[in-house]
Amino acid sequence: MAVQGNLRTAPPRTSFFNDPVVRGIIYQVVVAAIVIGFFAWIIVNTAQNLAAQNKSTGFDFLFRTAGFNISFTLIPFDRSSYYWEAFLVGLLNTLLVAVIGIFFATILGFVLGIARLSSNWLISRFATVYVETIRNIPLLLQLFFWYFAVLKAMPAVRDSISLPMGIYINQRGLFVPKPVPDDQFVWVYAAVVLALVLCFALSRWAKRRLETTGKRFPVLLSSIGLFLVVVAVGFVLSGASVSFDMPELQRFNFRGGLELPPEFVALVFGLTIYTAAFIAENVRGGIQAVSHGQTEAAQSLGLKEGDRLRLVIVPQAMRVIIPPLTSQYLNLTKNSSLGAAIGYPELVNVFTGTTLNQTGKAIEVIAMTMAVYLTFSLLTSAFMNWYNGRVALVER
Amino acid sequence: MSIAFVRTDMAPSQSPPTRSSGLVGWARKNLFATPVDTIFTIIGVLFLIWAVPPIYGFIFPTSLGGNAVAPGGTVEQCRVENAGACWAYIAARFNFFIYGFYPISEYWRPNIVFAMGAVLIVPLLWPAIPYKGINALLFFVVFPVVSFYLLNGGVFGLKPVPTEQWGGLMVTLIISLVGIICSIPIGILLALGRQSDLPIIKTLCVMFIELWRAVPLITVLFMASIMLPLFMPQGMTVDKLLRALVGVTLFASAYLAEVVRGGLQALPRGQYEAGASLGLSYWKRMFFIILPQALKHVIPGIVNNFISLFKDTSLVSIVGIFDLLNTVQAASSDIDWASPTQAVTGYLFAAFVFWIFCFAMSRYSLFMERRLNTGHKR
Repeated sequence: MAVQGNLRTAPPRTSFFNDPVVRGIIYQVVVAAIVIGFFAWIIVNTAQNLAAQNKSTGFDFLFRTAGFNISFTLIPFDRSSYYWEAFLVGLLNTLLVAVIGIFFATILGFVLGIARLSSNWLISRFATVYVETIRNIPLLLQLFFWYFAVLKAMPAVRDSISLPMGIYINQRGLFVPKPVPDDQFVWVYAAVVLALVLCFALSRWAKRRLETTGKRFPVLLSSIGLFLVVVAVGFVLSGASVSFDMPELQRFNFRGGLELPPEFVALVFGLTIYTAAFIAENVRGGIQAVSHGQTEAAQSLGLKEGDRLRLVIVPQAMRVIIPPLTSQYLNLTKNSSLGAAIGYPELVNVFTGTTLNQTGKAIEVIAMTMAVYLTFSLLTSAFMNWYNGRVALVER
Repeated sequence: MSIAFVRTDMAPSQSPPTRSSGLVGWARKNLFATPVDTIFTIIGVLFLIWAVPPIYGFIFPTSLGGNAVAPGGTVEQCRVENAGACWAYIAARFNFFIYGFYPISEYWRPNIVFAMGAVLIVPLLWPAIPYKGINALLFFVVFPVVSFYLLNGGVFGLKPVPTEQWGGLMVTLIISLVGIICSIPIGILLALGRQSDLPIIKTLCVMFIELWRAVPLITVLFMASIMLPLFMPQGMTVDKLLRALVGVTLFASAYLAEVVRGGLQALPRGQYEAGASLGLSYWKRMFFIILPQALKHVIPGIVNNFISLFKDTSLVSIVGIFDLLNTVQAASSDIDWASPTQAVTGYLFAAFVFWIFCFAMSRYSLFMERRLNTGHKR
């Protein structure tokens, strides 16, 4: 007789302790208890240690007067400023060095990465030697080299090395002319915005024309021309003028111009050169990841050289390059903390260094510093997830 | 009967035209293929002519046509105008760069440790040599313990040498080796925890990994050197070197965990299921089936991790430990050897030492990568 009804057998009977679900719960309870116990132990110890040293905890120190000076600030800061302002100064200095470093490192890294793949033997050898040398030497050593051996060995102010365009280098840093726009310059800014809008509209129009009629329009060249013409017209009509505040040698130091301290220059130099070597490797890997068949396929479609790169090769290479590139940007931002070792007033130097020493609030200060870097990191991975989701290959 | 005008033997083959073979052909193909290439080549050659002679002159001693002062020279020679690198200074302070403040009479102890390490690590890295298990046990467990007692002293009548006196390349190697050895088990456990089905364990592992990966090593070292004493029970002091070691190990294990995770994710699901269907327990499954395959695949990644760890050890100089970089930095203010090129020479020496180690490791990682790629790639 055919067995009717439920074909599913009852779950095998295991003893209570051998049930994987129960075991999982037991393991997790044990681990959680150990972790909680460990933290409790640390907290009790810390409280006792702090009590023994007569120290209090809390973030009220942020609103006390800092009483120290910072040599290089983007916002006004002096001895009477508060500790939270010192925190802000450090944060801004970190961001400044990171942004400038990222800008130059990207350019240098892409140039080097492409150079490594060049068919010119000499050029690809140069790039290889650069990458293999720089990658294998600690960044801190390179920063020491740039700061102590190069910039500190520059001549004294009297004998500054003079470069073209009114740039001077000496022991006290780099002095560059500072552009000073006058009041009418607002119109030039407006002209720049207008020109950008026009270029954008032009490219939209050219794309639609290409799609409907198949006729091409030289978008890049005409955009550049349009931009220059509009900005020039804006400049002439508004009667704006820009004067340059040139650095001039006074009795003891340079007066005027923009003064970039040697710590800043060394840090930007070191970070750029070091990170560029890693970016070059990412770029090389990305380009090599696009198989040669893609180039051939594009050729067989009759695309010309520029379109082949723009429409077929680069988009596929960028898909591979962007994720490691963002983590290199994050690395550069984290590595900018090494500026503390050569005296550049970035977050770690100003906050974990001076502020911590003066206030003794170790836990609060280090937690705040770590929170800043954690935020950077989370923002970067959020961006990466968004980007990966956007460019991921749609697979069946 | 033969026809007189038909050859019976082959004419000797001619060599290819000089324009497409030999040096000329190579140069045409690789240096002067297009007008743009030619311009780049000319710029490159001009750059070499501009850059190489001064660098050569700076690095090589007078006997080889340079301006550098060879080991054994005097400080006066280094102070001459246009003098190159002062290698005499490196030779004079060499022991300081290698051993730091370790007592001179006890130099044999670090020397034995160096020799032991070299003898144990070569067969470990050489794939063809058998007995990897016992070799690994000796290197990863016995060697560190023996080295610690040998260097620290205090047993078997050895003179105690506190860690404050350790320094130089010795400390750089100690920190990186301890970081490597301790971070492997922790990193593997974290990677397994991150892959776990148990939510609490997974969350803890993810938090640990992401926290340490997010912050720069320098803040980890600050934390270790400032906050670790606060965390300990009262009256318990933690050695300064040990604090740095804790910081470096935590940091390195978070990075290693991510590398191992890559290997775990690359394994086909079938391997996990095959292990489960054999009725193996979780740990047996991991240790006998999953990890041997996963770790083998990520050996290049692990070695790359060690390269960055080795370079990062230079950061301990910021928390006041005399590693190689810090000894070089400290010696560069040595008045006895004060000369214009003193600092540069020191940095060149340190850079060269770091470079040798890192370059060797990166070549090894490439070698393993090629060895492990057994014919699945075109």
